[in-house]
Amino acid sequence: MKPKYTSPQQFFRQRRTRMGIVFAILLAIYLGSVFLVKFQTFSSLAQVPAGLIWLFKTFIPNQHTTTYLGPIFYQLWRTLIVSISSTICAAILSLMFAVLGAKTTSPNRGFQLTVRFGASLLRNIPVVAWAMILLFSFKQSDFTGFLALFFMTLGYLTRAFTETMEDLDAEKLQALQAVGANYFQCVFCGVLPEAASTMTSWVLYMIENNIRDATLVGLLTGTGIGFLFSQYFKSIRYDAAGLIVLLIAVLVIVLELTSTQIRRAIA
Amino acid sequence: MIENSSSQPNTIKPKVPNTERISLMTKPRLILRAVLAVLGLVTVYSLVTIDTAGLKLGDAFHSLGINLKAMFLQPNVGQDSWGVLLKALSTSIALTILTTLLGALIAFFIAVFTARNLSPNWLANTLKAVMAFIRSIPTIIWVLIYSAVMGLGANAAVVGLTFHSIAYLVKAYSESIEETPQATIEALKASGVRFWPIIFQAILPSIVPALLSWTFIRFEINFANAVAVGAAAGADDIGYYLFMASGFYFNFHEVGLIVYLLLGFAIILELISMRLRGHYLKQN
Repeated sequence: MKPKYTSPQQFFRQRRTRMGIVFAILLAIYLGSVFLVKFQTFSSLAQVPAGLIWLFKTFIPNQHTTTYLGPIFYQLWRTLIVSISSTICAAILSLMFAVLGAKTTSPNRGFQLTVRFGASLLRNIPVVAWAMILLFSFKQSDFTGFLALFFMTLGYLTRAFTETMEDLDAEKLQALQAVGANYFQCVFCGVLPEAASTMTSWVLYMIENNIRDATLVGLLTGTGIGFLFSQYFKSIRYDAAGLIVLLIAVLVIVLELTSTQIRRAIA
Repeated sequence: MIENSSSQPNTIKPKVPNTERISLMTKPRLILRAVLAVLGLVTVYSLVTIDTAGLKLGDAFHSLGINLKAMFLQPNVGQDSWGVLLKALSTSIALTILTTLLGALIAFFIAVFTARNLSPNWLANTLKAVMAFIRSIPTIIWVLIYSAVMGLGANAAVVGLTFHSIAYLVKAYSESIEETPQATIEALKASGVRFWPIIFQAILPSIVPALLSWTFIRFEINFANAVAVGAAAGADDIGYYLFMASGFYFNFHEVGLIVYLLLGFAIILELISMRLRGHYLKQN
C-alpha cells in the first residue's frame, strides 16, 4: 500500500471527527443509562455541595461521642485482624494453587486450566452473594466475615501469584533444570525466593483492600465495624457514625503509608 | 643449575582485598521475613480468638455444601421472573456505565490540576490529600451518607459510587499525566501554546491507552460496587434481588441464577477488555 500523505489540516480534521463520533456514542450510552436508572443528573449533582455541608455539620464527633470510643476501637481492631488473617490464610492456599497453575511450574495443562477457572469463579461471585450464603450457614459471627473475605481474596491472590510466577525469567529455571535440580528444588530455590517480594506486596495490597470490603461485609452479615456503623447510622447517632468514618479513613491511610514503606524496603 | 642470587626469593604477595562477608540474609530479606512473621502471628492470634458464635463447624460446612449445590446445580428464577431479573441486571449495568462515565469526565478535569507537571505544587498536594481521604472511606459508606441526604434510591447510589470513582481515577489519571515528559510541555509552552490546547492536543492523545485501561478497571470495580450498593441502598438493581433472595426468601436456587447472570456479564467484560486493549495497543 502506498503511504498516503495527510496535511496537518487533514490530520486534525480527521482527529476531530473521530473524537466527535466517540463523544456522540458515549453521550448516547449515557442518556440510555440515565433513562434506565431514572437518574436526574443535574438536580442530583446540584445536591452534592449540600450533602457535603450536611456531612460536615452532622458528622462531627462531639464531647458526647467519647462514650462510644470503647466499642468502636474494639470492633476496628477485630476488623483489622480479621482482614489480616483472612488475607494470610488465603495467601498460603493460593501460593499452592499458583505453583500448580502457573505455566512455568505447572505439572500439566489440566491443573493450569482448573486453577484459572476456579480463581475466576471465586473472583466473580459478588461479595454480597458470599456474605449472604455464608451468613445462612455460619450465622452472625466474625467467622462469617472471615470466610467471605477469605474466598474473595483467594480468587484475587491466586490470579496475582500465578501472573507473578509467569513473569519471572524462564531462563533461570532452565538453568536450574540443566544442572539437575528436581521439580521441588526448582520451585523452592528458584521460583519462590525470586517472586517473594512481589507476592508480599500483593498481600499487603489485599489487606488494605479487605479493610474496605470488611465494612461492606460487616454491614451485610451484622458483624464488625460495618454493623456498628449501620447501627449508629440508623439510630441517628451521627456523631458516633462520623467518628467511625474518620477512624476507618485514618486506619486505611496509616496502613497504606506503612505498606508503601515496607514495599520500598523489600524491593 | 641456576641459583637465585638472593637466598630468599622475592615473591610478590598478592594483596588480599577486604572482602565483605556475603550472606544470603540481606536487609530486604530480613525485613520481608519480619513482616511475614508479624502477619503470621496476628493471623494465629486472630484465628484462636475468633468468635464463631458457638456453632459446630462440621454442620455449618455441611449446610454450606447443600446450599452451594442448590445454587449451582439447580438454579431457577424463584419468585421473580426472567423479565424482572434481566431488567434488574440491565439497571445494574446502566448504573455502572453512568458512574464510570461521570466519574471519568470529572476525574480527568481534577487530574489536570493534580498532576505535578501541570499545576503548582501546593494545589497538587492539597488535591492529592483530599482524594486520598475520599478514597480511604469505603464506597458503601458514601452511598449511605448520600442516601441520608437525598433519600434512598438511584440518585444517591449514583452520586455515592461516582464519588469514590472520582477519587480513584484522579490518582490513576494524574499519575499517567505525570509520565508525560516535562520537555514536551516546556517546548509547547515556549512556542506559545496555551494551557488547554496543551492538554487536549498533546497530553491527552499520548495517554489515551493508559486512561482507557484504568477506566476499564474501574468499570469492573464499579459493577461489583453497584451490585453491593443495590443490596444495601435499595437502588432496585440486581443486587437488591440478590439480597432479597438470599436474606429474606432463603431461595438459593434464585441466588444461583443471579450469580450465573453476574458471572456471564463478568466474562463478557473480560473479553471486551482484552479486545479493547489489544486493538488500542496495536493502533498506537
